[in-house]
Amino acid sequence: MTQATEKNLLDVSDLHVAYGKVEALTGIDLTLKEGKLVTVIGPNGAGKTTLLSAIMGILPSKGTIHFNGQDFICPNVETLVGHGLGLVPEKRELFSTMTVQDNLLLGAFQRYRRGDKSYNQTLNEIYELFPRLWERRQQQAGTLSGGERQMLAIGRAMMSKPKLLMLDEPSLGLAPLITREIFRIFTDLRSQGVSILLVEQNARAALKVADYAYVLEGGQVAMQGPASELANDPKVIEAYLGLASKHQELLSS
Amino acid sequence: MNFQIATLLGQDGLTNGAIYALLALSILLVFTVTRILLIPLGEFVTFGALTMAAMQMGKTPKLEWLLLGLVLIDCALDVYQQIKRHIDRNKMKMIALKLGYAVIIIALLNNLSLSEIPMIAQIALTLCLIVPIGPIIYRLFFQPLADAPALVLLIVSIALHVTMVGVGLLLFGPEGARTQPFSDTGFRLGAVMLKSQTLWVILVSIFLIVALFIAFERTLYGKALRATAVNRMGARLQGISPIFAGKATFALAAFIGSASGILIAPITTLYYDSGFIISLKGFVGAIIGGLVSYPIAAIGAVAVGMIEAFSIFWASNYKEIIVFTLIIPFLIWRSMNSHNVEDDE
Repeated sequence: MTQATEKNLLDVSDLHVAYGKVEALTGIDLTLKEGKLVTVIGPNGAGKTTLLSAIMGILPSKGTIHFNGQDFICPNVETLVGHGLGLVPEKRELFSTMTVQDNLLLGAFQRYRRGDKSYNQTLNEIYELFPRLWERRQQQAGTLSGGERQMLAIGRAMMSKPKLLMLDEPSLGLAPLITREIFRIFTDLRSQGVSILLVEQNARAALKVADYAYVLEGGQVAMQGPASELANDPKVIEAYLGLASKHQELLSS
Repeated sequence: MNFQIATLLGQDGLTNGAIYALLALSILLVFTVTRILLIPLGEFVTFGALTMAAMQMGKTPKLEWLLLGLVLIDCALDVYQQIKRHIDRNKMKMIALKLGYAVIIIALLNNLSLSEIPMIAQIALTLCLIVPIGPIIYRLFFQPLADAPALVLLIVSIALHVTMVGVGLLLFGPEGARTQPFSDTGFRLGAVMLKSQTLWVILVSIFLIVALFIAFERTLYGKALRATAVNRMGARLQGISPIFAGKATFALAAFIGSASGILIAPITTLYYDSGFIISLKGFVGAIIGGLVSYPIAAIGAVAVGMIEAFSIFWASNYKEIIVFTLIIPFLIWRSMNSHNVEDDE
């Protein structure tokens, strides 16, 4: 898993998702190369969360999802987790009445089941990455603050050693300083060779850390390109970044 | 009432209470993980007891045909799904293993002289026969409904209970049965004679409860089941499949149910339809625990056993009424105190 390999890790083509008769996604194409950080930005209701849920198999979809050399047609969540896909959902979905440590250990459930005993090492790595979680390891997850919960959710997803980590609005409801810390962690993770698909409202910060970006609008890809180009694209600036929102740039520095 | 009668009643109450506690824990376990109220749990109790009794009378328990039938349906469905999608070698191996298991159990049941083998072997065979029925029942009747509202699951559960009582009548006949006690000795404790079976029931129950506790607190598989109960979607995202969780809890429930049946069969005569009232008392315990708290459910279930035993002394005609009336104040108290409504997320 080095950045040199230019293999497509995730290849989504012509993905359709409908809630009843309402089509939420109409033919999305998206590719992600191994070791890259790709971001999907767009306004509320553009279908960003739906896209992640469909890739993860939480929502039924039409179209093909090619992940890590295999085709999945409307797969189920557990199979994909077993193949190395991890999702940190918007709602975090922590095990609130269990301890922080148990939450993390359960992230390695698939590895444990396969007989991979090296998960304790990953646990230590995660405690190194998030010293705060180490301090609170015996505390119930429900008692954590918003930022800590987000760290726990990311840490739990990392425990499965995913090939691709998908994050849904990781900065939602977090104070700017914490957001900055979380974004710094993405850069760290990427430099360790973890591929990341990041869905964000915080467009400026997301474009700053990403390699490539997609702009989603009304269930379709409206624009795409290298993140640095999109960040300077006048249309994107006008619609999502805004001249007045310079302060967001600080969040990712 | 003198001291001697009180200790005798207490002994009865504790024995029954221990069984109710086991059943309450499995009802609670199945409910929190799968949202199913396992009403047929009592049938596992009677199946366990009656299978044991049949073996001791030297008859081959007809329950083997139920196991074979269910395994065949299960495997047929598996094969059908394989053909519809694609053939997976590992899954095919699993199907062969399941069929092989059923055939081996049936071969053992038919070739051993069942009444002569040691009791421990009879117990093991009974458990091997009944425990697999749990997960198959989950797979056939509940897995296709995994996302259904709790009410639908409850209705299916009731239907299953009625069916299983019927199957029990068909397989075991209407006669009641009692088995030999595990050991014949009795113990003297002061002026009171303790039946050895009473001690067996209490010790095995405590052992099972402690084992369950350790499994759920210490092992990752146990934690995975708890996690499914806490947050279903969160668990799925860690690759803990609700199907796996459902089958595992049903296997545990079938195990606890049939083990309880084997334990109490030497003490009370059980008929094909006796299971329901027994599991209902476990259910009262589970309700006292608010269908969430394991320790309170266990204590509640022991209290139910005690109250039952003492009401036999004072008002034996009303013992069921007294036990089930007990549930009302608890329901009122629970509903006044609880703020969380419904189980839908």
